[in-house]
Amino acid sequence: MLKVYTNIIQIAGDVIIVEAEGVGYNDVAQIDIRSGTSLAQVIRIDGKKVSLQVFAGSRGISTGDKVRFLNHPMRVATGDDLLGRIFNGSGMPLDRGPELSENLVDIGAPPVNPVKRIIPNKMIRTGIPMVDVFNSLVESQKLPIFSISGEPYNELLARIAIQAEVDIIILGGMGLKYDDYLFFKDTLKQHGALSRSIFFMHTASDPVVECLLVPDLALAVAEDFALKGKRVLVLLSDMTNFADALKEISITMEQVPSNRGYPGDLYSQLASRYEKAVDFDTAGSITILAVTTMPGDDVTHPVPDNTGYITEGQFYLKGGVIEPFGSLSRLKQQVNGKTRADHRTIMDTMIQLFASYREALEKQSMGFQMSAWDNKLLKYGLLFEEKIMSLKVNIPLEKALDLGWQILADCFLPEETGIKLSIIEQFWPRQK
Amino acid sequence: MNKRIGHIAKINGNMVTVKLDDFVIQNEVAYILHGQQRLKAEVIRVRADLAEMQVYESTTGLKIGEQVEFSNELLSVELGPGLLGQIFDGLQNPLPALAKQCGFFLKRGVYLEALVNTEWEFTPLVEAGAQVLAGSKLGVVPEKIFKHYIMAPFGLKGVLEVVEISGRAKRKISEKIAVLKDQSGKLHDVFLKQSWPVKVPIQAYAEKLKPSEPLVTKMRLIDSLFPVSRGGTYCIPGPFGAGKTVLQQLTSRHAQVDIVIIAACGERAGEVVETLKTFPEIIDLRTNKPLIDRTVIICNTSSMPVAARESSVYTAVTLAEYYRQMGLNVLLLADSTSRWAQAMREMSGRLEEIPGEEAFPAYLESRIASFYERAGLVKLHDGTFGSVTIGGTVSPAGGNFEEPVTQATLKVVGAFHGLSRQRSDARRYPAIDPLISWSKYHGFIDEAKENSAHAALRRSNEIAQMMKVIGEEGTSLKDYIAYLKGEFFDSVYLQQNAFDEVDEATSEERQIYIFNFIHKILFSEFKLEDKENARHFFQKLGQLFRTWNSSPWEGVEFRRVEEKITTLLEEKRKG
Repeated sequence: MLKVYTNIIQIAGDVIIVEAEGVGYNDVAQIDIRSGTSLAQVIRIDGKKVSLQVFAGSRGISTGDKVRFLNHPMRVATGDDLLGRIFNGSGMPLDRGPELSENLVDIGAPPVNPVKRIIPNKMIRTGIPMVDVFNSLVESQKLPIFSISGEPYNELLARIAIQAEVDIIILGGMGLKYDDYLFFKDTLKQHGALSRSIFFMHTASDPVVECLLVPDLALAVAEDFALKGKRVLVLLSDMTNFADALKEISITMEQVPSNRGYPGDLYSQLASRYEKAVDFDTAGSITILAVTTMPGDDVTHPVPDNTGYITEGQFYLKGGVIEPFGSLSRLKQQVNGKTRADHRTIMDTMIQLFASYREALEKQSMGFQMSAWDNKLLKYGLLFEEKIMSLKVNIPLEKALDLGWQILADCFLPEETGIKLSIIEQFWPRQK
Repeated sequence: MNKRIGHIAKINGNMVTVKLDDFVIQNEVAYILHGQQRLKAEVIRVRADLAEMQVYESTTGLKIGEQVEFSNELLSVELGPGLLGQIFDGLQNPLPALAKQCGFFLKRGVYLEALVNTEWEFTPLVEAGAQVLAGSKLGVVPEKIFKHYIMAPFGLKGVLEVVEISGRAKRKISEKIAVLKDQSGKLHDVFLKQSWPVKVPIQAYAEKLKPSEPLVTKMRLIDSLFPVSRGGTYCIPGPFGAGKTVLQQLTSRHAQVDIVIIAACGERAGEVVETLKTFPEIIDLRTNKPLIDRTVIICNTSSMPVAARESSVYTAVTLAEYYRQMGLNVLLLADSTSRWAQAMREMSGRLEEIPGEEAFPAYLESRIASFYERAGLVKLHDGTFGSVTIGGTVSPAGGNFEEPVTQATLKVVGAFHGLSRQRSDARRYPAIDPLISWSKYHGFIDEAKENSAHAALRRSNEIAQMMKVIGEEGTSLKDYIAYLKGEFFDSVYLQQNAFDEVDEATSEERQIYIFNFIHKILFSEFKLEDKENARHFFQKLGQLFRTWNSSPWEGVEFRRVEEKITTLLEEKRKG
């Protein structure tokens, strides 16, 4: 029999304090509110005073409401029954399907022992040259998409999801617009991927605290599948909303803020989620792609900044394309040495020349005279933007590499590219 | 003596406040008894009858009133044969053994012996009746390729007399091998292993000296322009994605030292995995043994408990000091010290201390200083030398070097290798910015030549800046050539291809040869009629140099390319 407590002594923000005994840290409680019941989680205990963050928000809570402690941390159901289902940020069904209570696992399980991980070595092909050639995506990678609001980040996320060869797709939406939620659902449905997808959906109009649970729920379910040998792709959109929810709670709890109001443990909080990405040495894998919107296109904002230090690179979406500067896949070296002998050469050379193109463009815009070299660069840059960079391009890696050589040969002499002689001899296109 | 105990009164994240029944020692280790589990914690503040402790594990499920047992000991590590090749977490738990016992996940409250109790072939070096000091070598066991000396416990005071010493025999790690008598007549047992509190430096040596010998890292940019000395300190601050970790990995492979200790502190697990899976397979050219045989990895990745992250850098530096005591040169690579500083910040926030800049605690600077001060070149009691070199990366928020951790670090290190986003965006690796970096140490390149090359580089950059304003056409041919020379020096000497077998590591000999070769080019005049011609000439030269850089030292290919370069230079050289 669970004990019921009724003496709520403080309500501030979405955090309430109730007097209770024998409560475990991080345990879950159920609160009967006039409008229904809500879950809450213990976030501080001081003697008898237990602080709880209420997932449905504190609006309408009366100081006489009943609080029941469930004596366990937050749990989520796992297993094949979840496939094709949609849940909210507390793990309750949103799709009129039955509530699930089988194979419950604790969310926020302990970290993986590093020695049980393997070096990622499987490339995920996306058909996007800016990804495949220049910043290859690798299974078990954790990679954010840095973007300003209004960029087609959800489209990019959905496109990678349907083209990637994975067993299960889990989408965690945080503060998502309802339209975007429908967009994901429709796109996955169109490509027949809905039956291997699971949604945890927190939309912009839901209570803020529920947003905090979404990554944990999604990743706990993903981990369970990965342990059973499945290859799971987790999509999170948008992690900045998650960080803002953390900020809100920590300020309510009167914690000393560190940078622009964010809590001092923002890095650890984000890391403990992103680090769930894993390739187990005898089981499946989890790959995480997460959208991080950058307020004011500022990469030094605490959320993208901390994220960048945690993740294995980032895709930087700007002006509707993946920007070559600022985008990086740290794991690309694990796979791009095994694709084709010229992969790395094309990758390095084309980017270096593109950097020179940008400089030439700057000179041009300032009205300086263009040298012969500058004109070559300008020609090259335009070709690169049109044939390689555009997100409309959808070609396999090998085709993209051939295209790269063609563009180089159209614009430059071999020695102008700085490529080693042995590679030039092997790959430079013969004169027409 | 009865065990001192207390009871939990307050829980806030990984900080637990305990009501005491008895006295308590600051920084003492205590265990929280939670059901069957014993969770390790450290006392970090005492107020009246309340002790505030940081818990090295997740605090989920802990309850008010649960018992806490105090251990009477400071947080310590075990020092003895068997450390090399190991992978520990921040509390010196061996991770492979944990994986065997617990599987995929790090179960909380499981602590294993750091050193396996195996037998070692012990040979005594002193006889009964000999007079020794703390840290003196009493005997030796072979560990991998090293002579692992068994030393008199570092904490003993004054002259010690050897009362008993084991003969040549196989001894287990916890077996007594000697008895020492101190001046007050007290007897001390000596084992193959000893334990040492991590936050206290080991000072059992004759004197600390000024670092003078260069530590060769085989990175041209570092060795030739911003050298590091054995026993010195350096830091690598840089924004994310600028290549800090790749730089550290390359250094750990190629640096000319005996032992490398890698402290992966609050960073990505994937990077540690790469090190620990590849090191057993890479053969160290100097020793002909796998790299892992001379490496110890301390890994407390970002998702592992924060408090253990704070202790991991201390664990690492203590192990480094231990091997230094045997007369070895040790390199400690800490990646990243910012995560360590953040762990301090998190704790300070929970303690509700008055925050300093960016909410870092006021003692940040002194903690960073005392960490780097544990590096050094020392003369041991027997006249041999040992050194600990510390290289720490810093991950400044927003890539802004003005932030507190970078600034506090710059005050205490001897060399600064600042990475810049600009260089890494342009794929100029290593992305150490030669215009902002500095070093107080002396390298193996002739100083006057180094300075003039550095000046040429700065001049080239000035012209590049100027050209942005006045355009290429407004720049004189002379200036344009100076600009091209600097770019050439940067691209073929300072930049190094980490994915090219030959180019990734350049020996001291080769660096001196190539540097002098390029230095001559930088200060020669060439017959170049116009800018187009000049640009083309340096592009061609650059291409040849890149081929040269990836040809093995003094091989046939090396000579062939050198000849080509010389021919090209002679064609255009003036006078």
